[in-house]
This record gives sequence, structure tokens and C-alpha cells, in this order.
Amino acid sequence: MHPALSVILFSTASGAGYGLLIFVVLGRLLWLPSDSTALVWGFVLSLVLIVGGLLSSTFHLGRPERSWRAFSQWRTSWLSREGVMAIVTFAPMAGLVWHWFARPNDELLLLVAGVFAMVGALVTVFTTSMIYASLKPIPAWSNPWTSAVYLLFALMTGGLLYYILVSWLTQNQNLILVELTIGLILSGALVKLLYWRHVSSDVSSTTPESATGLGQLGKVSQLQAPHSQENYLLKEMGFKIARKHGQRLKWICFFTAFVAPVSVMLLALFVQGLAMKLLLLSALASMAIGVFIERWLFFAEAKHVVTHYYHEARYQ
Amino acid sequence: MTDLPKTTKKKLGLVIDLDICVGCNACVTSCKEWNTAGYSAPLSDTDPYGADPSGVFFNRVHSYEVINTQGESVTINFPKSCLHCDDAPCVTVCPTGASHKREEDGIVLVDPELCMGCKLCSWACPYGAREYDEHDGIMKKCTLCVDKIYNPNLPEHSRVPACVSACPTGARSFGDLGDEHSPVSQLVKDRGGFDLMPEQGCAPVNKYLPPRQRQPATSQAKPLEEKVESIDNVVLRWVDKILSA
Repeated sequence: MHPALSVILFSTASGAGYGLLIFVVLGRLLWLPSDSTALVWGFVLSLVLIVGGLLSSTFHLGRPERSWRAFSQWRTSWLSREGVMAIVTFAPMAGLVWHWFARPNDELLLLVAGVFAMVGALVTVFTTSMIYASLKPIPAWSNPWTSAVYLLFALMTGGLLYYILVSWLTQNQNLILVELTIGLILSGALVKLLYWRHVSSDVSSTTPESATGLGQLGKVSQLQAPHSQENYLLKEMGFKIARKHGQRLKWICFFTAFVAPVSVMLLALFVQGLAMKLLLLSALASMAIGVFIERWLFFAEAKHVVTHYYHEARYQ
Repeated sequence: MTDLPKTTKKKLGLVIDLDICVGCNACVTSCKEWNTAGYSAPLSDTDPYGADPSGVFFNRVHSYEVINTQGESVTINFPKSCLHCDDAPCVTVCPTGASHKREEDGIVLVDPELCMGCKLCSWACPYGAREYDEHDGIMKKCTLCVDKIYNPNLPEHSRVPACVSACPTGARSFGDLGDEHSPVSQLVKDRGGFDLMPEQGCAPVNKYLPPRQRQPATSQAKPLEEKVESIDNVVLRWVDKILSA
């Protein structure tokens, strides 16, 4: 599948934003170590990531001025549900702002808005994942690991952002937060490995024989292409650059998204001040690169069954 | 709404006979010609007379070689367009309500006034039946010539999809596949018509008829003998030997 930059930015940025929102709420509501300035900055950053991601998603539309119509078909369409959930989740987020500015002593408001914001964030990320997981013609997406990866990547990236904000502003690296963040990164690595294992072992039941219905006659192969140049279908579904470098990119992704951030976070425990800040920023930069590669591969490596109608060697 | 109708009054669709299609592409060009002035007009082209032309087409003729276990091969011309599925995933994924399946005749359409061009429907269709129009920024697809089959200005025999009118061999039949007594349903029954990609669960309305049994081959063409290139010149033969080592 063609990896559109706007869609990669949308799902990674809004995922990180919703993850960070969850940690900001947990930091305020629960025992999670926090700092009031970090919470405000965390909230602002999560809002920027969410809104930026949602705006980015409209850049791949042919008619972005009609995007308001996308809220209408929530009864059947996961894309519509995603849009609706993103808007719904802004309500408890507004409740949190109200709490901070107007009613700082209203603990009930904080509890209600916080719980709904967290649930809304998780459900929104889940609906994003279901846009892909509900597409049966793309076996690499149409499995439960897709949602697991989207959810854990949102929590992992949001968790790292929260940890860096708190460590930066309090000048103190809290061990509970270190353990939690590293735990999320390791869980992210585990589900991504399981996703890759599932995808590599998954044999689609669709073949050139079932696609043409000619299997009872024998082995089917393309004799002549139906068009001389690439068409929309092949540009959009027959994307094939990544497969050549797939294995190497997976190694780079695994190192930059998981191994390097965890190592650098552990290393940062031994230093203070500017050195700590620089190390934590480099952990974030590394994870950003890794998550970008992961999401790029998620698209570029996914094969659409329509390619069975075309020359096998070129598009499979 | 993008809910699928529980049942449709008719199931209008095509029956494509793979035994007699000769792959002339008349259906491809007549489809383009009618629809570029029709319901979802125009079907834009990019660089039409240049080195790398591309454009929106609703119907394409593929061609396949099928080799059986005895090593005999058959060439099959294979026209492919929207199958107007009963359980159309392209409709239910649509977030705007542009994609819909008509309750009265089962035709799957995109409303060109509502589509926002998110392309999700083209990902959801396993058959590659939808094409995005870069110029208009919206998705387009086979309309089963909805603006031709009901057109009272046309003579009765012309009220069939353009691809059916154009086919010189009669490989394409149009009718109500929901009515078991219709000529198309009878054709499917008699010839063992089948679905494409039944495992995708889309319940396509269009059916394909398999090639008829061929006469068994009475003689086999011998494969060409491998020609051994011999080099007469002794020096060149020596150079060739060294370079080939």
C-alpha cells in the first residue's frame, strides 16, 4: 500500500498526543509522580499533537472542504467513528481546562473529565487502528495485532513524552516513571515483534486462482498486462519499494524505536542537568525515527489482494 | 446512509463469458466513451498523448495463461469491472455517505457531490473496481450505465450498459440476477457461473462463466531444440572460452 506521508504523521502524532493525554490525567489523578508545570505543558503538547495529527489527515483528501461529512456514517464506517470519537474526546479535554482555570478545587469535575478523557483517548486510538484492521483485502492489517500495535505505540510514545517533560521540569528522574516507561517500550517491542511474526506467517487464502476463478483449470499467470502504464490501482495498492529493504528497515526500526531509547534512558539515570536533558531528547528523537519507520513499513509492506490480478513477480 | 439495504428489489449485474471473450477491448473503450460524458463525468486522463499516459477506467481486460497439470496452456481474456456486490465493503467503509447501494436495483454508486476523496473504499474493494480521479479529487466507479439502462430517449434494445452494447462476440450479458427465471440467471445455472474471490465474502452479483471443455489435444508441438552457438574463428573461440570461465 502506498504510504502517504500525511496519514503516517496523522496516526503517529495523534497516537502520541492521546497517549500523553492519558499520562497527564493519570499524573493529576493518581499516584503517578508529576509536576504542575509538566502537567500544563503535557496537556498543551498533547492538544498540539492531536489537532496537528487530525489536520494532517485531511491533507490526503481529494476534497478536504467536504471532510465535515465524514462524521455522518458512524453506524458502519470506522473512519467516521474515528472522526466522531476525536471530536467527542475534546469535550472532557475542555472539562480539564475548565477545572484548571475556573474550578481548581472541584475534584469531582477533575475525576469525571479525567476518566472520560482517558477512555476517549483509548477509544479514539482504537478506532484509528480499526480503519485498517477492518480491511479484509489487506491481510497484513486485517488482524488483531494491528490494534494492539496502535494502542501500545500511542501509550509508549505518550509515556516517553510524559517522562521527559516531568524529568526536564523537576530535574529529577523518578524511578517509578522510568520503570513504567521502559515497561511500555518493551511491551511495544513485543507486540510489534508478534505483529511481524503473524504477518510473515499469514498465508492469504486469496490467490491468482481464486481471484480469476480459473483454479480448476490449472495454474494462473498473467499473459499480458491490461494496461500499458501504471494505473491508480497499481500506484496505490501495488507499492513495492519497501519489500526490497524490508528486513533492513525492520532492524533499524527495532533499534531506533525500542533498543536505543531504553538504553539512553538508563544511561541518563547516571547524569544530571544538561547531560540528562540532551540524553532524554536523543531518546525521543530516536523513537520518533523508529515510529516513523514502523508506520511507513506498516503501509509499504502491506499487500492488497487486488495485486493477484497482476503479474505475480512484480507486485507480490 | 452507508448501511447496506437488507435486500434489493432487483440485482442488476453482468454475466461475463470467459469462453467467448476475445480480448478486443471494445468494452473498455465504449465504457470510457459513455461514462466520460455520463453520471460521474468526466473520466480524467493525465498526460493522454504523452510518454506516460494514465487515466480513469471502469473496465479493463486482463489476460491470463492457465497451465494444467499436463502442461497444456489456455489463454483466457478476462474483463473486470465493478461486481456490484451484495455485501459491498466499499459502501460500509465510506465515512461521508457518498458510497451507496441502491435498494431498487442493487447498483453500487458514488455520489460525486458527497465524496471527499479519502480513497478508503478503493482499499476496501478486493477487486480493484474503484478508480480515483486525480483531477476531480473524488472516487469514481462503474455505474452499470445507470444513465443509459433507464434512459427513455434510447431505443429499448440500447438500454443496456455500454460494454454490453459494444461487445462484438456477445460475451457480456446484462440482467436481473436476483430473478432466478431471468435469462442471465439461467445462463449462470446452465454454464456453472462462479464468483470471483468467494473467500472475501463480498457476495458479488456479477458472475463469470468458465471456458468450455476443450477438445483433447491430438498432437503435441515439440519444444524448440536448444541452438548451440558455435564460433568458427579459432581466436574468437579461445577468447570466448577465457571470458566464459
